[in-house]
Formats: sequence, structure tokens, C-alpha cells
Amino acid sequence: MLLIHCPYCEEARPEIEFRHAGEAHIARPADIASLTDEEFSRFFFYRDNPKGITFERWRHLHGCARFFNAARDTVTDKFLVTYPAGEAKPDLVEAANENAKGAT
Amino acid sequence: MAEAMTIERRHPLAGHVFAGTGVALTPAHAAFRTSLRCPSASVPGLSDALGVALPRTPKTSVTEKGRSALWLGPDEWLLIDEKTDPMADLGGIDALHAAVDISHRNTAILVSGPGAADVINAGCPQDLSMEAFGTGACSRTIFGKAEIVLWRVKPSVFRIEVWRSFSDYVFGYLAEAARDGG
Repeated sequence: MLLIHCPYCEEARPEIEFRHAGEAHIARPADIASLTDEEFSRFFFYRDNPKGITFERWRHLHGCARFFNAARDTVTDKFLVTYPAGEAKPDLVEAANENAKGAT
Repeated sequence: MAEAMTIERRHPLAGHVFAGTGVALTPAHAAFRTSLRCPSASVPGLSDALGVALPRTPKTSVTEKGRSALWLGPDEWLLIDEKTDPMADLGGIDALHAAVDISHRNTAILVSGPGAADVINAGCPQDLSMEAFGTGACSRTIFGKAEIVLWRVKPSVFRIEVWRSFSDYVFGYLAEAARDGG
């Protein structure tokens, strides 16, 4: 079982308490009524689905119940960093260094 | 002629008891419960009104004069009081908050004895060692297929708050785990 660090509970908790909630950092267009169908479908349906590092929303459903964001590697299934919803994408190089420091 | 009807309120776990080696399961007494949500600016005002300082640290609880406040999330608490209703103290408060009476949504099971943590771990994935989950620690988590609020009241006594319709399942699961472990 994976352990996922919840930024609100401030500790690593079992994966089973969490739910995946789609790709993160997708901003809703300010004037959604003026979008063409093509633009709307891009916003609404299309996702990156990369092989490698992806930014996702997660929800600590059976815990604090808050949504937060995470950077995860889809190849290794490793969580690189988790951070509160609303924050900008973190610097992953820095996060990797922080993790390395924590591991030693 | 219609007969006079009497309606009696039954505890959802009426008649459930279990005592095994190293662990006992007891349905808790009825209690007032309130689900409280508020932004951090309202916390001091609400703490004064309730007579219990709402904890700000994750996984902690505070108990004052029989009233307990359990941290569930950064803006969410569960209040438990067996004597007086917290809702009564929140009536005239101006500070922004949402309080919902959930006294009868939940019921509780007390799991006590030296084997209590092991029995709960049969269905709950959290680390329940004293280092990670000491006395007074509380957390919403999962037990088997049911969501629970777990609260370590004393070193060897846990209180499991569970929705009443799930209580029979949780009690049965705990009893089964206790039998297997014993």
C-alpha cells in the first residue's frame, strides 16, 4: 500500500483513505459562454495523460476530506510532492532535493 | 378502539456486548454530537462560547468539563458531550460558522483492553502505536468498508464514532477480529 503525504494532516497516510480527482491546474475559462465548441471540448474533455510526471488533484476523503494537489510519476507511481490546493506548481527539482534530504 | 401506542427509542447497538481475551466491546452511552465548521477567524469566539478550545493541530482533541472537540480537518471539528447540547451554546454567536446536530446520526463503540489497537488494525490501516497515535489522538479514517472517527480516549481505550446504520457491521467486524486474535 502506498503512503500519501496529506498537506493538511501533515503526515503520510494510507492510500485507501484517498481518492484520485483528476488533473490539477485546469483553470475554468473566465467567460465560458463565449467559447467555441472546439475550445470548450479542449477545456472540458482533453487531458494530458503523460508518461512521467503528472500534476493531479487528490482528496483525503476518509481523513480531513480536503482536496490537495500532488506531483506523481506515472511510471514509478512515486509521489514527488503534495501541496495545498490553490498553490502554484512547485519546483520539482527543489522538491526532489528536499525528499533526498529527508531520506538520509 | 385503537390501542394506545408507545414508541420507545432503541439504541442501534442495543444488546450488543462482547468480551474476549484482551479486548472488550461496549456500545457507548448516548451523547450530543455536533459537526462544526468555521474559518480560522471564528475559532477564538466559538472556543469561548463552547468552553473548549478548538484544537488547531491535526489529529488532536481537547476535552474540558466533559465536552470534547476533535480535529477532523483544518476547518472542521466534531463536538461530543454526554451531558449538555453544544448547539445550545452556539445559538447567539455572530462569528461565521456552520453547526449541524448529528447526535443521532452517529453512535459509538468503546474498544478497550490491551489488544484494542490490534483489533482495530484488523480493519483500519492507520499506525496506532503510542508514538503515532497517542492518548487524545483522533482521526477520521476507514474501518473495513465504513468510515469512522477513531479517538484514543485512554492508552488502552478507543472510541469509534460510526454512522448508526453501519454500527452493526463495525461491531460485528470488531468482534470477529477479536475472536480471531484471541
